[in-house]
Amino acid sequence: MSEMIEIRWHGRGGQGTVTAAKVLADACLSGGRYVQAFPEYGPERAGAPLRAYNRISDRELRLYCPVTNPKVVSVVDASIMDAMNVAEGAVDDAIFVVNTAKEPAEIRKTLGAKATQKIFTVDATSIAINEIGRPLPNSPMLGAVVRATGLVELPHLSEEVRKSFGKKFSEKIINGNLKAVERGYKEVREG
Amino acid sequence: MGKIVAVTGNEAVANALRQADPDVCSLYPITPQTDIVQRFSSFVANGLVKTELINAESEHSAMSAAIGAAAAGGRVITATSSQGMALMWEMLHIASGMNLPIIMPLVNRALSAPLNIHGDHSDGMGARDTGWVQLWSESAQEAYDNTIMAFRVGEHMDIRLPVMVCMDGFIVSHSIARMEYLEDGEVKKFIGPYVPKNPLLDIEHPKSFGPLILTDLYHEYKRLQHEIMGRVKNVVLQVSDEFARLSGRKYGLFESYRLEDAEIALVILNSAAGTSKDVVDELRGKGIKAGLLKPRLFRPFPYEEVGQALKHLKAVCVMDRADSFGGYGPMFMEISSAMYQADGGQRPRLINKIYGLGGRDFMPHDARGVLLELVEIAKGAPVRTVKEYIGVRE
Repeated sequence: MSEMIEIRWHGRGGQGTVTAAKVLADACLSGGRYVQAFPEYGPERAGAPLRAYNRISDRELRLYCPVTNPKVVSVVDASIMDAMNVAEGAVDDAIFVVNTAKEPAEIRKTLGAKATQKIFTVDATSIAINEIGRPLPNSPMLGAVVRATGLVELPHLSEEVRKSFGKKFSEKIINGNLKAVERGYKEVREG
Repeated sequence: MGKIVAVTGNEAVANALRQADPDVCSLYPITPQTDIVQRFSSFVANGLVKTELINAESEHSAMSAAIGAAAAGGRVITATSSQGMALMWEMLHIASGMNLPIIMPLVNRALSAPLNIHGDHSDGMGARDTGWVQLWSESAQEAYDNTIMAFRVGEHMDIRLPVMVCMDGFIVSHSIARMEYLEDGEVKKFIGPYVPKNPLLDIEHPKSFGPLILTDLYHEYKRLQHEIMGRVKNVVLQVSDEFARLSGRKYGLFESYRLEDAEIALVILNSAAGTSKDVVDELRGKGIKAGLLKPRLFRPFPYEEVGQALKHLKAVCVMDRADSFGGYGPMFMEISSAMYQADGGQRPRLINKIYGLGGRDFMPHDARGVLLELVEIAKGAPVRTVKEYIGVRE
């Protein structure tokens, strides 16, 4: 991978979207890559729409501004698509990963995606409720994004999730999140 | 060797302060600096440093306590942003006037009113005349490196001055980026033990700090401050050379980016310089001879060197992330002065753009727009207006 990959995350406050961007940055740090992870800061409120960004590159990253033409768009909360156009500025060969129980074809229609753009869906909220006991879709979304993009291998991502969550949470919560990452990785569908 | 990590600018600076293991840290939290003193407080609580922590009731008190502790003979740190530094203002002059090498990260943030917590350079530029040394930083890496070097610069026996290390609030302070930590032992060795000068706690040798000096000698005292500032440049270069040998990362008084054969250039501080470098590369790819100068040591300002670096250019835009209302942007005033004094009277045409106030994003198209305007000015197009706001919502 020689080009710079730019990712835009759409979520709502309290869903762990910013944490997901941070964990992905840590996971991508290996192999000498340069990474950035940053949220768009505003008045932080649970439930309010927010954006976070990643850049991943083999070359030094010098851009200090939001991502406007993402290669990857990760929609952690599908209800945001009713309020704003998450496809705005996405490049022609963009990859969309959407947390929804719906089929990729239906999301393709909703987004008005181009034929050259790829759509992936995963029911991350259901996976999270089953594995973690709470509707925190960030872990399954991380698994799905990594599968859709091939940015890192699953075991490597899981290791980072363990490191990141290990500081704050019990073994039970960590294992639930690791299972959720794995299920997100395996259950994501392309269409 | 060092350790590669992905951390925020605040985390990087907090770790530089931990590695310096100061004697005293007086603090008062303010967004976006809070994260630094919060992390440093936990280093103290967890016994990772031997620092005595003073939780002050305001920034004015935090700087006052820092002054007292530094005069007593300790290595002292604090950190602040925006309104916090505005409240410190009178004490800033006292720290420098007493030659106390207090080290203070300044996480740059806009000034009220209206209230805004985001990054711009109004706070740091407002402290221009306080007698502090100022180092500015593009990234988490530079903020970390500058913080480590600040101890060596400020504590140098030829200088003994307080140093503020500036980085952009949120854009760098709260964004995770790859950078490299030096090992604790390497930093400890590089900074070295603190050597106090005329400490108050040396009670065998009583002395006074900050006494009344009226018309008899005040003028001479201030000339001495002026002379000390004149020594800073060489110390910064010497410390930066030594740091390069340790880290492999080279720093000068400013960074020249593709400037040698350039015809047009931006002068721009901090994170926006990073974004602009990518645009300079893009325009170079189209055959446009663009370059960039990023100041690092803003006080004292290296007029002669900057003048030399820019004098061959045809047109230069000085970008200011702060305004001096009723005047040109603060950086523009410095560059204009440098160019007026430059050897041979050869100088580029200069324009001034005010950008990114209160954290307004500075995008690649902003840099591109300004550089393309410079292409026209270099060809002889008239300057519409010297000072202009860009990125404005009309």
